[in-house]
Formats: sequence, structure tokens, C-alpha cells
Amino acid sequence: MSTALQQAPRAVDARDRGGPAQPLLIVEHLTKHFPVRGGLLNRRVATVQAVDDISFSVRKGETLGIVGESGCGKSTTARLLMRLLEPDSGSVVFDGDQVGDKRGIAVNDMRRQMQMVFQDSYTSLNPRMTMAESIAYAPRMHGLGRREAYDRAESLLSRVGLNPRQYARRYPHELSGGQRQRVNIARALALQPRLVILDEAVAALDKSVEAQVLNLLTDLKQSLNLTYVFISHDLNVVEYMSDRVMVMYLGRVVEAGPVAEIYRHPRHPYTRALFASKPTLDPDRRTTEMPLTGDPPNPINPPSGCRFRTRCRFAQPRCADSVPALAAPFDGNADPTHLVACLVPEAQSAGAVHHA
Amino acid sequence: MSDITLDRQLVSEADTLVVPAPGYWKSVGQRLLRDRVTVAVTVVLFGILFITLGAPLVTHYNPYAGSVLARLKPIGTPGHWLGTDETGRDLWTRLCYGGRLSLLAAILPVTISLLVGGFLGILAGYAGGFLGTLIMRTMDVFYAFPSILLAIAICGLLGNGLLNSIIALAVVFIPPMVRVSETVTTQARNLDFVEAARASGSSTLQIIRHHVLANVLGPIMVYATSLISVSIILSAGLSFLGLGVTPPQAEWGLMLNSLRQAIYVQPYVAALPGLMIFATSMCFNLMSDGVRGAMDVRLNK
Repeated sequence: MSTALQQAPRAVDARDRGGPAQPLLIVEHLTKHFPVRGGLLNRRVATVQAVDDISFSVRKGETLGIVGESGCGKSTTARLLMRLLEPDSGSVVFDGDQVGDKRGIAVNDMRRQMQMVFQDSYTSLNPRMTMAESIAYAPRMHGLGRREAYDRAESLLSRVGLNPRQYARRYPHELSGGQRQRVNIARALALQPRLVILDEAVAALDKSVEAQVLNLLTDLKQSLNLTYVFISHDLNVVEYMSDRVMVMYLGRVVEAGPVAEIYRHPRHPYTRALFASKPTLDPDRRTTEMPLTGDPPNPINPPSGCRFRTRCRFAQPRCADSVPALAAPFDGNADPTHLVACLVPEAQSAGAVHHA
Repeated sequence: MSDITLDRQLVSEADTLVVPAPGYWKSVGQRLLRDRVTVAVTVVLFGILFITLGAPLVTHYNPYAGSVLARLKPIGTPGHWLGTDETGRDLWTRLCYGGRLSLLAAILPVTISLLVGGFLGILAGYAGGFLGTLIMRTMDVFYAFPSILLAIAICGLLGNGLLNSIIALAVVFIPPMVRVSETVTTQARNLDFVEAARASGSSTLQIIRHHVLANVLGPIMVYATSLISVSIILSAGLSFLGLGVTPPQAEWGLMLNSLRQAIYVQPYVAALPGLMIFATSMCFNLMSDGVRGAMDVRLNK
């Protein structure tokens, strides 16, 4: 939380436009619905509401964690931010400039400053390219000379903990999962971005390698002045990495706030259920909350109003009427930056879990 | 950019691989050389290529000059070690010269379909959407006809002759070529490294050139090689039926047809053009198998 303050004395990035108070990313009402086509004329028969009207911001120098079950729209959000998918509606503002707007920042200019690391370390590297070629590719396409691009690739390799003399000329199938993910991180850094989206970047790694890569990410963030959007379904990892956390359920944000607030006082019944599903080894910290049963509802035809109401034991008739907006919790003592999308006061306070 | 201190675990992980790895195509070549069948088959193919292209070097007979006295001699006749055909022409000479047309009529249609079909398939696979559907459904129409019937129909329409049989076979091979290249392109396009290249701001053409083609050309070339073996049989079949090359030109399929009448007199001589067709087709098939195996990096020992 104090990262913004820590960064102030550092050399200001030449590309910084809005100053430290301007959030690096402001996302407003971002929506992506996928058509489900079928029938005789390939007509739209249904719509998957993958991401539905989400708004959030990422401050300079912080790590925003995004958590949720599979299928809640985390990865779609990442792809919308990178413009790998075209949003149906909503706006993304990068350091004060609206992305894709005539008076704002062009998508390609935004992509120089925002990069992404994918989950699958194997398919995200071209099997026909050496590690150095993969890393040097983007800088070369952006006009950097061959020599300079390869020099940059080699220094990035050593930066992510791989000796360039051993690894620069290797192919993806010759490396382990952890090594490949280091290369993917180096590749994402090759354009010297300011924001890196980590989409389940450590989910496929085994635990010891995962810890090494997380430490590497923390080091890189410090030394390169990066901002992260850290997407994961692993609550422990998100807690370790993030300054602020956003919880998603079925394409919507249900709760957002500082990591300590969310982990200590989860307000949304879904967030609490998520934490309750996290096993603990400490008998004194056993949770009393009922874990969730069943699968999330089908995003093709989600429940009206609050999407969690079909699995929520506090659900009331009014939960079906309108979509609850993100607002400060009913509890007056709560941190005002903590936002929760729930209409029922009992649901927000009941059975508070005691977590570390 | 070097103020980071590596922790000990990172360095130990980095030290596990020390032998420098060969490049991709170099490792493919090494695996090919270790595969005895592929090496043998390639040697045979080069041999066939040598006796056809260098026919004047291996025989001094004229492939069109016959002799009434030397008709249908058996294998091992002095002066005609593979015997003679029904008009007394040296069969070894005919086989050597005949290979030129046979190979041309087999390889050219595959090359044409590789260029046309490969282009359409990669386009359909990468573009997808309406254009992709349009291309693929058009190709499906051709699939409604059995390939040999389609070739015969086109040849019948255009009239016989070498050029027309090449056109007919190219038309027959384009749809499967489109389908194969569309499939591999669709697979490659959906991999994360193509997304990553898009995310780094590369243009569509750059992505196709550097990321899609490199991963797609190998499988397409392997398929084209296996098509050559089919093509040899089909083109020989067309000229056997009198739809391809016209007499007195030497071509294996045509030779098989004209020696057919002599099958009770000189069965072994009559079988020789068929043997050449079989051997060449088999060799291309085995070679494409070998290359396919050598290109699969995950089989790498």
C-alpha cells in the first residue's frame, strides 16, 4: 500500500504523463459478450456474458490481484486490456489517454507499454525460435537493430536468472516449465513495458519453482518500476503478490479493496466462501462458513440481479431485482476503499472468518 | 541492467543444461540420417532420378526406335538386359526415358496444388470467419467426387495430353492440400505465441511470416511428399487409360498399358513399368513418413 510513496523519489519514467496520482489504468464499464451461434443460418442463439460491465483502476507501481473461479472472466479481462479481444463497450484509459481513441493512445502504442505473460509456458513460445529470437522478436519488429535486439535479449535472459551463454540458442522443448516461464517473462519485458499482465503466470508450475518465479517477479517489479495485474485462482499467491485485490464472479466484480482488508474482513458472501474453501493447517483458524456447493450458474443465462444469489444463503427477493453496485460496506468502521457489491447487511457481516 | 543478484536456486537450475543444442533443422537432419529406412529410400529415389534425367548416360538406344526382329525378348537377353517391348524397343531405355514424363506428370501437379492449396488453406485458416468458410465449403464440393473419377472427368473434358493430365491432377490435389494447411494453420493460430506476437504489436503479415509459416510449412511439405506417391499412381493410371501421355512417348503408365497384351508372352517384362511405379510411389511414401517422424521434436531422444 505504501508502494506509491516508495516510488516517488525514484527517477520518473520519461513516458509518465499524468504523474504519480494519475492511475496507470482506468477501466470503465468494460463489457464482452460472446455470441453462441447455431441453428440453420448460423444465427446468434445465445450470449455468453464473459465480462459484464466491470470498472476498476490500477495505480502506478501497485500490484492488482484478480481472483475468482475458472470461467469468471479473469482471462477475458486480461485479453480485453491487451486488446487481443475487442470489447463490446466500455473504455480503458492508459495513463490519462483513452486507448484506441483518436485523441488518446493508439492500441499499438499502448501495447509497447503493456505486456502480458500467458499461463501455458510451452504454447506461448514459438517452437521454431530460439529463446534469444523469441525475446528479440518484438523489439526487432519495432525497429531495433539486430545486434541491439539480441544484446537486449541476452541481458534480459540473465536478468530472469538464465545464463545467456547456455540458453540464448536453445529451443522451447529443451527447457523446463520454470525456465520457459522465465523466458516468457523476459519476452514480456523486452519492449520495456510499464504494466505487465500476469495471466495465471505461475499456475502451471510446481510449488518450488512457483516460489522462485514469484520472487523473480517481485525483484523485477522493484528494479524496473513495474506495475502488475496479477490474475490467479490461487488465494495464497494473490495475497503474497498483491497490494489490492479484486474478486470476480461470473463476469462481474463482487468485491475490491486493499489486500489486508479483503483477506481479514471479506464482506461479500462469495469472497468468504472462496476463503472457506482454502484449506488451513491451523486448528484454531478453522472456518465455520459453509463451503459452496454446486457449480457456478451458466454464464449464457446468468441469474438476474446479483449473480451470486442462487448460491447465497443470505439471498432475499430484492437480490433478484437489480444489479448491486460496488459500494462501501454497511459496517461503518470499514476501510472506505473497500468496495463490495452486496445489498444485504447481514450477508456482509455474518460469520466473519479469521484469517492470517 | 545487471544489478540483480541471482539466488542460489536459480543458478543451480540454470546449470542443469550445459551441452549446446543444435538448431531445429540441424537436429531434424541428424535424426533423418539415423533413420536407415529413410536413408535407403532417399538413395533409391536419387538413383531413379539419375537414370531418368541422365538416361543418355546409362543407355545408348533410342527409346523410339524399335526392331521387328527383336520383339518381346525376355529379361537377360544379350544387348537388352531388361528385354524388349512389343515393337522391339529396349525396355531399359524406355523405362529410363519414361521416368522423365512419369515423374514430371506426378510432381508438377503436387507442386501446383502445394502453391495454390497451401496459399488458400493458410488464408482460410488464418482469416477464418466468412472468407474461411467460403474457401472450405468450396473445397468440400470437390470432395463429393472420388479423386480418380474427378481426374478422369476433367481429362475427358479437356482432352488427353500431358498438360491436361497435370491440370486434372492439380485440381484433384488442391482440396486435400487446402484442408491440411487450413487445419495446421488454425492450430498454430490459436497458440499463445501468436497471441503474444499480436500483443507485442506485430502486424498480421509479420505474424504469418515469422510465426505461422515456420510452424506450418513443415507438416504441409510432408503431406505434399506423401501426395507425390498418390500422384505417381494416379498419373500413371490416367495414361494407362489413354487420358494422359499419348503414344509413342515413353511413360510408365502408358508402357504398362501397351505391354498388357504381352502379359502371357513375357509376364516379367510386362510387369517392369508397374514395378517402377510401385517402387517410386513407395519410396516417396516412406520418405514422407521418415521426415514426419524426424520433424516431431517431442520424439527427440
